[in-house]
Amino acid sequence: MSLALDAEARAVAAGRDGPGAAMAMRIVATTARLMGAGRLIPIASAHIDGALYHGDSGTLFAERLVADGARVAVRATLNVGALDLTGCARTRLDPHRHTMARRMMEAYRALGCEATWTCAPYQAGHRPAAGSDVAWGESNAVVFCNSVLGARTNRYGDFLDIACAIVGRAPDYGLHRAENRRARFVFDVGGLDPAFLADEIAWPVLGSLFGREAGDAVGVVTGLGFDPGEDALKAFGAAAASTGAVGLFHVAGVTPEAPDAATALGHEPPERTIVVTPAMVAATQARLSTAERPARIDAVAVGSPHLSLAEFDRLEALIAGRRLAVPLYACTGRHVLGPLARDGRRKALEAAGVVVVADTCVVVTPILAERPGAVLMTNSGKFAHYAPGNTGWAVLYGSLAACVESAVAGRPVLSGRAE
Amino acid sequence: MSGATARVLLAGDGGPVAGPALVLSAPISFWGGVDPARGRIADPRHPEHGAALAGTVLFVPATVGSSSAAAVLLELVHAGRAPAALVLDRPDAILLLGLVVAREMGWPAPPALALPRAAQAAFAGRHVRVAPDGALEADA
Repeated sequence: MSLALDAEARAVAAGRDGPGAAMAMRIVATTARLMGAGRLIPIASAHIDGALYHGDSGTLFAERLVADGARVAVRATLNVGALDLTGCARTRLDPHRHTMARRMMEAYRALGCEATWTCAPYQAGHRPAAGSDVAWGESNAVVFCNSVLGARTNRYGDFLDIACAIVGRAPDYGLHRAENRRARFVFDVGGLDPAFLADEIAWPVLGSLFGREAGDAVGVVTGLGFDPGEDALKAFGAAAASTGAVGLFHVAGVTPEAPDAATALGHEPPERTIVVTPAMVAATQARLSTAERPARIDAVAVGSPHLSLAEFDRLEALIAGRRLAVPLYACTGRHVLGPLARDGRRKALEAAGVVVVADTCVVVTPILAERPGAVLMTNSGKFAHYAPGNTGWAVLYGSLAACVESAVAGRPVLSGRAE
Repeated sequence: MSGATARVLLAGDGGPVAGPALVLSAPISFWGGVDPARGRIADPRHPEHGAALAGTVLFVPATVGSSSAAAVLLELVHAGRAPAALVLDRPDAILLLGLVVAREMGWPAPPALALPRAAQAAFAGRHVRVAPDGALEADA
């Protein structure tokens, strides 16, 4: 299929709106040709993952767009950066990298993006309408946007996300097209203990298993008799998008494109059915930890994706006024800081030993001390997946309750008892 | 001599390029799997862990993981540590954006080609020449 560009797009590519917009249009059009898209479609919004510093080249690209007069044409929120601009937590970047990371964040602001700096934009007021086309980056945001909100996005990577936001259009392929959104396989959790499914720990573990089974295929979760809530779906999607290239999942009876399994499957038989067993769950949960029976833990990290205010409520209730023996890093967006500051809540958490991290997180930028062999405990499937490679710390996985009990004790306390 | 013809996804800077083949035997995530500062495969679980990418004809059977792959590839190009050519099983927009942007920035970028993974293994251990039309020739 060859790409048809309309007169408007051709005029932008030829420089009518300046060299920055022209470069953005060429990037979008080249990608469309590479992926076999026949046309560009208008988008309602973007979520930009490109402002996280990986090296100087990305900063130079963003500054070129600014210098060449580019501006976003649609609402564009920003994913995490490499710095905590709120001053809650300090990063250990050297002066050169610190400067370049800050320049990068400033360049994306100068392009007209909103300083949301969160990987959970969907809990910071950015919720596109079901059925609308958008260009979102950050794997967990992509999967939430498609699956829970029912808006349509591919997995946008660095550079393409901002280019689409500048031209207000995206290549028409993949998950923008209805025929690619139907489930191909069934992920049946009906054989699991209802008490397990009602527990917060079920969702990152099931997501991790789902992602490994799915690859980049769309699947539908069946056998769940209730709506587990938005924070559970958030944890499920983030874990699934870490172990697989998952961009969309359905949950029968819960998510908007799955009033029932048959509808999610497009009224066709599934290509395969995965019947999830307790043994599969146990093996997946074990695989989330890399630390073997550690005698102590050195820190706890929660908030990947960023904690919602409701998740802070739970954290607060579990700590229950006690003092933590090791630091507990609570990663969140600045949209939560305001409500959290009321009634001295944040001060009380910090006095207990919680380190609030805003705008960024402990896995994408160096915040944890360089301590090979140190043990990080987490309730996040995504942190568990990326922390060993990105931080050098070993990981111990547990529920939020187990994380808090362990932080109080300074050693692993799983299932509410010492192990 | 032996060879194959790959589909040109993104042209290089005009002439033929050549280098030792680095045929990956497992999928790779560029973010987290490749260290852009050292230009080496950094994932300790990857079979080619530690291999340097600069100047190689890099055969990639599949890409997985994060949406920041393009940023890592762009950083390799900018730092002069990129492969001489990139041969993928199929087009991957998330990765190839790194080369698209490199060209826009005026930085010399390697060509990208598509060749099914089943045909990639034959190039392991050989020196490979990549013609502008996608013809791959390996020495004996």
